[in-house]
Amino acid sequence: MYRILEKEVLAPKIKLIKVDAPEICAGARPGQFVVFRIHEKGERIPLTIADSDPKSGLLTLVFQEVGKSTTELGMLNKGDTIQDMVGPLGTPRDIEKLDYVICVGGGVGVAPIYPEAKAYYRLGTRVVSLIGAQTKEMLIFKNRMEQVSDEIYFSTDDGSFGHKGFITEVLDDLLEKGPHPDEVIAIGPLLMMREASKVTAKYGVKTVVSLNTIMVDGTGMCGSCRVTVDSEVKFSCVEGPAFDGHKVDFDELIARQNRFLAEERLAMDRYLAGAGGCKCQ
Amino acid sequence: MSVKISKEKHEMPKQPADTRIKNFEEVALGYTPELAMAEAARCIQCPKKPCVAGCPVGIDIPEFIKLVAKGDFLGAAKKIKEKNSLPAMCGRVCPQESQCEAVCTLGKRGEPVAIGALERFCADYERIHGEPLAEMKTSDSSSGMVAVVGSGPAGLSCASELAKLGYRVVLFESLHATGGVLRYGIPEFRLPKSIVDKEVEYIKSQGVEIRLNVLVGTTVTVDELFEQGFDAVFLGTGAGLPYFLGIPGENLNGVYSANEFLTRANLMKAYLFPEYDTPIWVGKRVAVIGGGNVAMDSARTALRLGADEVTVVYRRSRTEMPARLEEIENAEEEGIKLMLLRNPVRILEDGEGWVKGMECIKMELGKPDDSGRRRPIPIPDSEFILDVDTVISAVGTNPNPLLIRTISGLALGRRGNVIADEQTGKTNIPGIFAGGDIVTGSATVIAAMGAGKLAAHGIDEYIRRKNGRGM
Ligand SMILES: Cc1cc2nc3c(=O)[nH]c(=O)nc-3n(C[C@H](O)[C@H](O)[C@H](O)COP(=O)(O)OP(=O)(O)OC[C@H]3O[C@@H](n4cnc5c(N)ncnc54)[C@H](O)[C@@H]3O)c2cc1C
Ligand SMILES: Cc1cc2nc3c(=O)[nH]c(=O)nc-3n(C[C@H](O)[C@H](O)[C@H](O)COP(=O)(O)OP(=O)(O)OC[C@H]3O[C@@H](n4cnc5c(N)ncnc54)[C@H](O)[C@@H]3O)c2cc1C
Ligand code: SF4
Ligand code: SF4
Ligand code: FES
Repeated sequence: MYRILEKEVLAPKIKLIKVDAPEICAGARPGQFVVFRIHEKGERIPLTIADSDPKSGLLTLVFQEVGKSTTELGMLNKGDTIQDMVGPLGTPRDIEKLDYVICVGGGVGVAPIYPEAKAYYRLGTRVVSLIGAQTKEMLIFKNRMEQVSDEIYFSTDDGSFGHKGFITEVLDDLLEKGPHPDEVIAIGPLLMMREASKVTAKYGVKTVVSLNTIMVDGTGMCGSCRVTVDSEVKFSCVEGPAFDGHKVDFDELIARQNRFLAEERLAMDRYLAGAGGCKCQ
Repeated sequence: MSVKISKEKHEMPKQPADTRIKNFEEVALGYTPELAMAEAARCIQCPKKPCVAGCPVGIDIPEFIKLVAKGDFLGAAKKIKEKNSLPAMCGRVCPQESQCEAVCTLGKRGEPVAIGALERFCADYERIHGEPLAEMKTSDSSSGMVAVVGSGPAGLSCASELAKLGYRVVLFESLHATGGVLRYGIPEFRLPKSIVDKEVEYIKSQGVEIRLNVLVGTTVTVDELFEQGFDAVFLGTGAGLPYFLGIPGENLNGVYSANEFLTRANLMKAYLFPEYDTPIWVGKRVAVIGGGNVAMDSARTALRLGADEVTVVYRRSRTEMPARLEEIENAEEEGIKLMLLRNPVRILEDGEGWVKGMECIKMELGKPDDSGRRRPIPIPDSEFILDVDTVISAVGTNPNPLLIRTISGLALGRRGNVIADEQTGKTNIPGIFAGGDIVTGSATVIAAMGAGKLAAHGIDEYIRRKNGRGM
């Protein structure tokens, strides 16, 4: 059992929890994730480790409620427990000092980019962060990102904060002006990562993306998470989730994300209709 | 004695095919006491006991059968347990036709004694009528501490044996449940999970501590385990990494590896979706690629999940199929079609990312290859299209590299398997032992169990020497 010791609502439908998981914290490095199962009947869900503190043993997870499992997780409060959690999973990112990196975070993807930005910043790398959200209200981790960035830009789809439009447009402008960074790291919705990779390809700038494929075990046993990278099939839970954005077959991946769309809708509707068990009483 | 022995064995009662394809309950119902005694009476108690040599763990088969014939079922169960701590499972999933029953004397003139069915009966009888599990003493750590990695049959039997030898044992499992393939691979209708639970309870009652959700290699490394005071580590991590054929279209929606399909269905209980949260999707017409137990299990699971038509596509002929005979027969009874001497060449897309068919080619058998089986050769220009919307690939697995690549200097074979001594489980690194599928590649439950047990004795000897206590 893994107990939730802190909980914060960051934006509508975006929540942060800190979970007591000292064993996982001890070895966690940027780019890694956990897989958890809320209860006996739950599915196994991956979430990136947004922060980990080996001293307190607290693991920070930030998630957006997009379907049944994340909504159910969002219902849990301080003191509640999660039945199973395994990690750290995935290949950690090899972070060494570079001269200059750009971190592009979209939506809830800002949370997983934070540990990487932090690691670069601490090594003395110049970090420029580009943060995009649908609206000002949906913008998360603003203060945290400011603390680990030399420069920071924002965008919202509706123009309520920062640039009006997509964050990849800001990226394009920056690269156009130059100088070019050693690396761009883009984490967010698949469409955003695909677009960011297209933009950087124009300028020949190395780009790392973190893929949120559908997973089951998260340990290389099932192949549910497979993606095509540079014409080769990779299991993203083991060899990823970070890959070279210019080599990922995004179109295939986007199609694969819809594998269980009908079932996911059914599960969500059933949950909202109360069959999942109301926790109000 | 001049009692005439029937040439045929007593069949185990089964659920009728048209009923069982609508449920996930066990297909074979097991002998009644009367049937078991009648079947046991067929054994002629050969003085040379050829059957015993056919059993990888050397169960005293005639002896336990004699007890069954007398109606002493608990005594028979005890006899079996002297050699095999997981009889309820082996009786169900052992490929008996190529092991103990293959060498039974009666097999020369008729059907062999149904040894597996009798073993299963005894284990089930004991589970229901035997003494409840007594909590055994928790082993103290004075003789030593051993970490067992992986809770499949290799890990379970190694842990159990070490506990009997007086060691403190911690069993680490990366999934949220124990059992390995017994839990996530082999379906409920062939091996009810309550039986796996029972065996695990037994092992816990011996004082073995089980830690789930620990991926050794990342959550904790083998070096850290030694630092924590473990004297030895047993690697029983299995061969869980599925491979694919590498044909076009394998990443389309509607294509599963058998591991994904079976894990969703078994471990995650997706057949109870939406009561359980994990989804599974199966179309109307399913092709399963492969000819082993994994292919049969996938095909039969697909049928139970509502597919109208399931076809197993296998590149050799029926005699080369590695699946257990009983399971091939069960599958055919249930209406699964075998399409032999056919091999897929690509999977076709419907234009929206989903499977719309599978192109196959006809094969013929040539000269034997290094596996001793005749090599399948494609017949030119014999391609045809199979009309399917779901494809399940059951063409084999490799050892999972996650843990073993974190152990520097560990000697590995060509296919990434761990090299370990067959008799002791010793690897090239002192204190690290291994057994089961991680060493042999995909094999059998009983072979993995046997390896786990031998390794336990290898570990015992190692720790005694290390502590200067001799043998
Ligand atoms: C390595 C990795 C790290 C991730 N990190 C985060 C994170 O830090 N914060 C966060 O909010 N989300 C993260 N995700 C995505 C998160 O796992 C999914 O949003 C979640 O599984 C959705 O479950 P659901 O039942 O709520 O929604 P569902 O109704 O199941 O699905 C809603 C959408 O989520 C996608 N999805 C469904 N199941 C999975 C799955 N098992 N894995 C990935 N995507 C799935 C589907 O494509 C679907 O479009 C990560 C995914 C991966 C693979
Ligand atoms: C679908 C299917 C049907 C089969 N049918 C039969 C049959 O009818 N008869 C038969 O005899 N054999 C059958 N087999 C083969 C048999 O199940 C295997 O040979 C046997 O289970 C191997 O046992 P094992 O203990 O070596 O490994 P596994 O059973 O694979 O167990 C390994 C365990 O280790 C865990 N693990 C892996 N890495 C780590 C790590 N780093 N840290 C912690 N834990 C880890 C895994 O999660 C798993 O639980 C079948 C196999 C499959 C897949
Ligand atoms: S364990 Fe397997 S091989 Fe041995 S007697 Fe039982 S069924 Fe036969
Ligand atoms: S070989 Fe067959 S008949 Fe002979 S003792 Fe063994 S089981 Fe009985
Ligand atoms: S999630 Fe199963 S192999 Fe990656």
